[in-house]
Amino acid sequence: MPENVFIALQNTPEAQPIIEAIVADNDNAVVNESPGMVKIDCPKRLVLRRETVEEKLGQEFNLQDIHLTLISLSGNIDEDEDEFVLHWDF
Amino acid sequence: MSNRKLNLKDKYRLLTRDLEWEYSYRDYEEIFKQESFEGIKITDWSKWEDPFRLTMDSYWKYQAEKEKKLYAIFDAFAQNNGQQNVTDARYVNAIKLFLTGVSPLEYQAYNGFAHVGRQFGGVGARVACQMQSLDELRHVQTQIHAMSHYNKHFDGFQEFPHMHDRVWYLSVPKSFFDDARSAGPFEFMVAIGFSFEYVLTNLLFVPFMSGAAYNGDMATVTFGFSAQSDEARHMTLGLEIIKFMLEQHEDNVPIVQRWINKWLWRGYRVLTLVAMMMDYMLPNKVMSWQESFEVYFEEAATSLFKDLARYGIEMPAYAATAIEEKEHLSHQAWSIFYNYGHAAAFHTWMPTDQEMDWLSEKYPNTFDKYYRPRYEKWREMEEAGERYYNPTLPMLCQTCQIPMGFTDMENPTLTSYRQSEYDGERYNFCSDGCKDIFDHEPEKYVQSWLPVHQIYQGNCGGAEMEDVLGEYYRINLGVDNLDFHGSPDEERWNAWHNLQPAEDKLKEAS
Repeated sequence: MPENVFIALQNTPEAQPIIEAIVADNDNAVVNESPGMVKIDCPKRLVLRRETVEEKLGQEFNLQDIHLTLISLSGNIDEDEDEFVLHWDF
Repeated sequence: MSNRKLNLKDKYRLLTRDLEWEYSYRDYEEIFKQESFEGIKITDWSKWEDPFRLTMDSYWKYQAEKEKKLYAIFDAFAQNNGQQNVTDARYVNAIKLFLTGVSPLEYQAYNGFAHVGRQFGGVGARVACQMQSLDELRHVQTQIHAMSHYNKHFDGFQEFPHMHDRVWYLSVPKSFFDDARSAGPFEFMVAIGFSFEYVLTNLLFVPFMSGAAYNGDMATVTFGFSAQSDEARHMTLGLEIIKFMLEQHEDNVPIVQRWINKWLWRGYRVLTLVAMMMDYMLPNKVMSWQESFEVYFEEAATSLFKDLARYGIEMPAYAATAIEEKEHLSHQAWSIFYNYGHAAAFHTWMPTDQEMDWLSEKYPNTFDKYYRPRYEKWREMEEAGERYYNPTLPMLCQTCQIPMGFTDMENPTLTSYRQSEYDGERYNFCSDGCKDIFDHEPEKYVQSWLPVHQIYQGNCGGAEMEDVLGEYYRINLGVDNLDFHGSPDEERWNAWHNLQPAEDKLKEAS
């Protein structure tokens, strides 16, 4: 779908709680697996919430740690301590 | 007193505020000489926002962590003789092309961002360019390091910087970056930060690296994804600079649009190499070039340009041509390299039956109709001991420097050919995109260092093929070049795996 934003992450154990959190918080997220990576598409807006990652992970999580597993993304970004949001504004 | 931790926004604001000062004894224009000559109007640099808000301390922390992980994997790969566990020795030729064609671009990007970072009056932009410059240096270093291991076991890696500056097909990526770096700072940001990083590098670093993973190349997938994790930040910078210019002044809109048109076409032409790497050089296939192009260009760019429409920016000119070419691009590129396999520093080959069937399945409208018959003829010639090598030198496009092998999408058997006249000389182009770029700045592009012209002018080592390829390019003739079948690479690979050479198989079959 042309209105999707996406985020691509390395398919590593560290990325699993992030992927699970995205799936939990975005009803329309579609997970596509390729060798070594996971690409998640979502129409118009995708949110990653720190609290959800922490629930899945069972410990504190700094959202900027996403830089260690991030491969690519699309969309405008808004980031603070609690949320990392990708969005298109049309 | 509470020991409150600063939040991200505060930290970033403090970083960018504290790096700036009032210029009391020099004029602003004198300090930032290149900021205005391109016609871009900036009224307020403080409106610059970096959405990642990465401060230097976090930057070093994350980069150090990425490096530690990466080098642990390089060590493991080397210690475990990872070179023996890739799917097929043919695959390594994609990595040769990567090292000679792409890694030096990382170094050019490092230079470029260090330069333009100095030219901007805004601290936020300067910090982002500084980080990107350091990233790019990291990328070239890690890539050279990763591939130094392959250099011990395969041919064609040993002279990559020398080759990048001289070899005919490497002038395609090299001249792309030379073109960007010799433009003004804002144009460079549109060229590299936006068009290349934001719109196009996904095609290089995402499906191709996934392909590396699928072909057992742990070292490459790791540097690829490690580099790409920086790339996400670079993409954000690329999008930010575009939005910033468009928001600063309406007069910037047509200038930015023209740069987007130009640089997306320039970048897309460079990615021709990636198209063929995807479809021909990965023995285990992840997705075709066409599929990657649909996901990472058509789908992603359509939303991006819908989003930018509010500033008056339109879908780039020639995007339609690029979309039309997706069913042809990789086949035409591979055909050019197969033709000139004696003049390349990596091996070429004809696809196996199984690979041809995959291509037919992925390209139902074009492969069987236009390309399979040609390949079958070439294979027949090879089996008869007359492997085809083109003995002439090709005409190159003045702008992208690719041999004129692309065809007209209305009639895919007809070479696409455009011409312009400037100052009494004729110039040749592969497409409307390349012709229009020339016509807008002919003074720049008449200076192109075209490898074929240079050979004919006697500037490339001599008059004989051996002088050019062996002396001037430093291709180790009979070793680095020619068909994969019969190469020392193939021989070593077969010895490691106790396999029968293809030549013997052919003899037995006939």
